[in-house]
Amino acid sequence: MYETLTDTFSRLASLDREVVAIAWLSLRVSVSAVLIGCAVGIPLGALVAVAHFPGRQGVVGLMNASMGLPPVIVGLVIYLLLSRSGPFGPFGLLFTPAAMVAAQSVLVTPLIAALTRQIVADAEAHLGEQLRSLRLSAWRRAGILIFDVRFSLLTAVLAAFGRAISEIGAVLVVGGNIDGFTRTMTTAISLETQKGDLALALALGLVLMALVVAVNAAASLLRSYAARAYG
Amino acid sequence: MDILRRSLLSLGLAALLAGPGLAGPAWAEPQTITVASTTSTEQSGLFKHLLPRFTEKTGIGVKVVALGTGQALDVGRRGDADVVFVHDRAAEEKFVAEGFGTKRHAVMYNDFVVAGPKADPAGARGGDVTASFARIAAVKAPFVSRGDRSGTHAAELRYWKEAGLDLGAVRGEWYKDVGQGMGPALNTASAANAYILADRGTWLSFRNRGDLAILVQGDKRLFNQYGVLLVNPEKHPQVKAKEGQAFVDWLIAPDGQRAIADYKIEGEQLFFPTAEAGKS
Repeated sequence: MYETLTDTFSRLASLDREVVAIAWLSLRVSVSAVLIGCAVGIPLGALVAVAHFPGRQGVVGLMNASMGLPPVIVGLVIYLLLSRSGPFGPFGLLFTPAAMVAAQSVLVTPLIAALTRQIVADAEAHLGEQLRSLRLSAWRRAGILIFDVRFSLLTAVLAAFGRAISEIGAVLVVGGNIDGFTRTMTTAISLETQKGDLALALALGLVLMALVVAVNAAASLLRSYAARAYG
Repeated sequence: MDILRRSLLSLGLAALLAGPGLAGPAWAEPQTITVASTTSTEQSGLFKHLLPRFTEKTGIGVKVVALGTGQALDVGRRGDADVVFVHDRAAEEKFVAEGFGTKRHAVMYNDFVVAGPKADPAGARGGDVTASFARIAAVKAPFVSRGDRSGTHAAELRYWKEAGLDLGAVRGEWYKDVGQGMGPALNTASAANAYILADRGTWLSFRNRGDLAILVQGDKRLFNQYGVLLVNPEKHPQVKAKEGQAFVDWLIAPDGQRAIADYKIEGEQLFFPTAEAGKS
């Protein structure tokens, strides 16, 4: 154990450009997926929070349950959709970074939607009556509330990013872990573990964790800056 | 206005981050083929050795998806790869018979070894793989099986059968079916101090051996033949037949065969070329 750990740190020092490229791909794929997840999930979550329609409780339950979607299953479904023999086969997207973005988007969208719904619903408890008295449409009320809770939503976005960048099941199945093309931090760590090179796997793990910490730190800096400037 | 400007700004930033490279390479490199292959060829480092030589000569890039033989053939069946490079002769011939592959070419062989605890509690050491398997089963010594429909798994099942054992009847807690690739299976065997059938390439490049050592090798039945097949373009029109065939042709030509023979780990040659063209 001790030997592995000291070995880990010596390997850490020798990590090369290849690792930087892998980390950069992981970051790009997961950030893209989170952006897509935000574009769909935030409006969706807010609308469900403010609108009243039959079956709303069911939708809320479904959204909450979808936070626990198993990545491998999502990967498998996206794989079958993107496969040459599947409905989206002609686009040739399987085993590309775009496929990984698609799979991770499906994973994080329900998470963002469910958390947004809760945050917006809490805000609506305070402001909802006023907004409804203005006879605004659900869309307008959702928009106003999203803007009102925009700093709290950062937590939802970061949770989604954390889920995306740390998952392996989906990216492995739809990306194929192709050297220099679809190899991400998690699939690289898994590969090195399989090869029995536990020190290198741990070193890569430390890089991944540093990446996650850096993104979270950047987000919280941005948040406090924005809160001061526009809050 | 302010919100609009900031939204536009972040959208632009996102496009900058996500845009280049994500969708790009799929179109930017038409000269790239996808090869579905096995974990043994990828994890032993053979592809890292071969592919740059092939690409330098032909300008064709190769992307390798490493899976078990059964899965790799399935990827070919669905048309998600241009070339399949695997090791389970019976399954390969079935693949061709079903019309999914054009022709099977023998490329090279390597060999399997039986690894196990150095103390060898089952007394499995020797040069006869089926006798060793029989002794392992007789004392119910821990044995780790790939259990993943890989070529190695298919070979293991063959040896049990040849040892005259009905695995369904004798298997028990001692037989650990992990359903994973060679590396994870070796990790499990190393942790459980169990016997395991492994391909020599993965064994040599595997670092976490613990107390395991090679106990059985050299039996002719342990030879493991690799075949390469172009996925039939008549079944899947998008298959890059010209580039894929170029890869197959290069592998079985003297050039590729020499490159295969040149690959060594710790001075040991891992794969032995067998293609007809390479013998000249």
